[in-house]
Amino acid sequence: MQGGIFRIWGLAVSGLAIMALANAGDASAKEKVKIAFVGPLTGSNSQHGIGGRNSAELAVKLKNADPATKYEYELVALDDECKPNVGVQVVTKIASDNSIVAVVPHYCSAVAIATVDIFHRFKLPMVVWAAVLPDITYAKKVPEIHRVSGILIGQNRVGAQFMKERGYKTFVSFADSTDFGKSMNKYFTEFTKENSNEILGTFAVPPDQQDVSAELTKIKELKPQVIYFGGLTPLGARVRTQMEKLGITAQFEGNSGIMGDAFISAVGPELAEGTLNFWDCPPISKMPGGQFFSENYAKAGYTQPPEAFGPFAFVATNLIMEEIEKVGPDRAKLTQALGDIKNRPSIVGPITFDEYGQNITPLTTKYVVQDGKWAVWEDSEYATGKRKLKNLP
Amino acid sequence: MSSIAQYLLNGLMQGTIYGLVAIGFTIFFGVMNVIKFSHGDVLTFGAFGGLVATWLSIALGLPIWLELGLVILVAVAASAAIGALIARSLVLPLKDAPPLNMLLMTMMVGTAIRECIRLFFPNGTNPQKFPELLPSGGAEMSGVYLRYDGLILIVSGIAFIFAIQWIINRTRLGLAIRAVAEDGETARTMGINFTLTVAIAFAIGSMTAGFGGALFGLYYSEINYGMGLILAVIGFSAAIIGGLGNIWGAIIGGYLFAGLQTAVVATLPSLSDYKNVVAFIIVIALITWRPTGLLAERGSERV
Repeated sequence: MQGGIFRIWGLAVSGLAIMALANAGDASAKEKVKIAFVGPLTGSNSQHGIGGRNSAELAVKLKNADPATKYEYELVALDDECKPNVGVQVVTKIASDNSIVAVVPHYCSAVAIATVDIFHRFKLPMVVWAAVLPDITYAKKVPEIHRVSGILIGQNRVGAQFMKERGYKTFVSFADSTDFGKSMNKYFTEFTKENSNEILGTFAVPPDQQDVSAELTKIKELKPQVIYFGGLTPLGARVRTQMEKLGITAQFEGNSGIMGDAFISAVGPELAEGTLNFWDCPPISKMPGGQFFSENYAKAGYTQPPEAFGPFAFVATNLIMEEIEKVGPDRAKLTQALGDIKNRPSIVGPITFDEYGQNITPLTTKYVVQDGKWAVWEDSEYATGKRKLKNLP
Repeated sequence: MSSIAQYLLNGLMQGTIYGLVAIGFTIFFGVMNVIKFSHGDVLTFGAFGGLVATWLSIALGLPIWLELGLVILVAVAASAAIGALIARSLVLPLKDAPPLNMLLMTMMVGTAIRECIRLFFPNGTNPQKFPELLPSGGAEMSGVYLRYDGLILIVSGIAFIFAIQWIINRTRLGLAIRAVAEDGETARTMGINFTLTVAIAFAIGSMTAGFGGALFGLYYSEINYGMGLILAVIGFSAAIIGGLGNIWGAIIGGYLFAGLQTAVVATLPSLSDYKNVVAFIIVIALITWRPTGLLAERGSERV
């Protein structure tokens, strides 16, 4: 009889132990939450896309390493090839997959502007990591749309003021014919005229045009002091290379589209020397969390650099995960939570979304290429007068 | 005045590349009545072959002049080989098929070549930097900036065109090609190896594309897997304007197309984005005016 009681107790204790272990197992297996990253992973802008993808992936890895998180995150990276039609297909595919809660999309503005309506239709929250076209956030109020990167208005305003202060008076605008290039040219023209400077000519070519010698010959005839370029790295590199081949000595002024190591390596450090750029982001070394980001990026063993917008991809992914931790993996709740972000500390500085979902923290920084690297103007030998820009009056 | 000379120089360079592509189209059509739409992709294949040759040269530590020679040789040989292969394995077996089938087949071959480069070449999707192997810099003469590399390439391109013209018109091989072009059956009865001659003609036509691809890389310092697409459309248009089947017509068509593009930018800079649109509209007008081209193929002379 006693043996029977022991056996019953034994069974009960074993059962309880199994249940306790099972519960413990449940506690350690976190719910998996999927976030998508979209950017140009192939094609001529893929350096930026891969740098952004790596940075977003790093954010996920660091978050998953934190035992205090409620969820386990998985990053689904997809390629938009920097083509609007491909971007629309990719975002539609993501939006139709209910297991994906939010997206960190687009380097190219032409793609981002094409996918805004899809995010809205599928009520899928997103945080743009790089595209700078103002209309993405400001054309209409779409609750799902947010953006951590700056818009191109600020960089053109600062650029026009800077060029006036240097004494430049005559400009030519050379932009690509996409929405991005058109917008760059629009704000460049507006702010240059506001500063009482003259635009001698405006040229627009498709971003994949190989030969720009006819346009540059016309520009040479116009004798501008500065050639302003509004487009992305591949075309920018062709313009800069062919300028040299035609003996054009104008100062080359770029924009956020050519920011990054890819431009310097494509044209070579000698030809890139002295190229000006205005961009809504301080260098990683000057960011509040720059050291943290750089160290972890290096530790993760990525062979490609994060490129110019990598830190923004990191921030966008982090913001999404931080809000999911608060409201759970629910698209509607997440949309609301992202829209409410104000003065949130991040590695690039505090993030505040306005009523359109645009980060309004001003970060515009002036850059110049010095010895094969983008240097902050104020820290450069050009600012001290040791080196001179071209065609200075 | 100096600007006009500068435009002329730029147009000459572009026109030489277009003319080289157009010659291929005209040879294929002259010999087999085939419009080979994979021609632009054969050019790309040659250019990538040339790029591989530069890597090899660097690995072997070859001097720059030898590297340049190897680039051109490999680009031309790679294009010739793939051109002959297309002729032997696809064009000849399908020679009695409806023309539409042939057109479709060449388009599909072109897509296959393009996609293979994109997928299997290291970082094939990205533009590839082509090394600068010619003397850089140039000289300013009366306001005209003469790029040394541009001048060398224009001269070599024109020399290559003359060489092809000489092979076709002054050699026994050219005689055989012209005989096959005139009447394949009669040429066979005269003892000409029809299959071999067609393959060689396609190899020669493709060589022009390979040379054009090498020129393109050396001039622009960049090549990409999709570069042959628009060059094929322009080259084909040039061949049509000049008169399909006539080599000189193809060359004139190439320079005319480049001239139209340049003229649009020179006269209406604000319409530079539309230069291809304007050029193609003028091509349509020219074709409507002279359906057989500016230099129509004479009944007694093909290729």
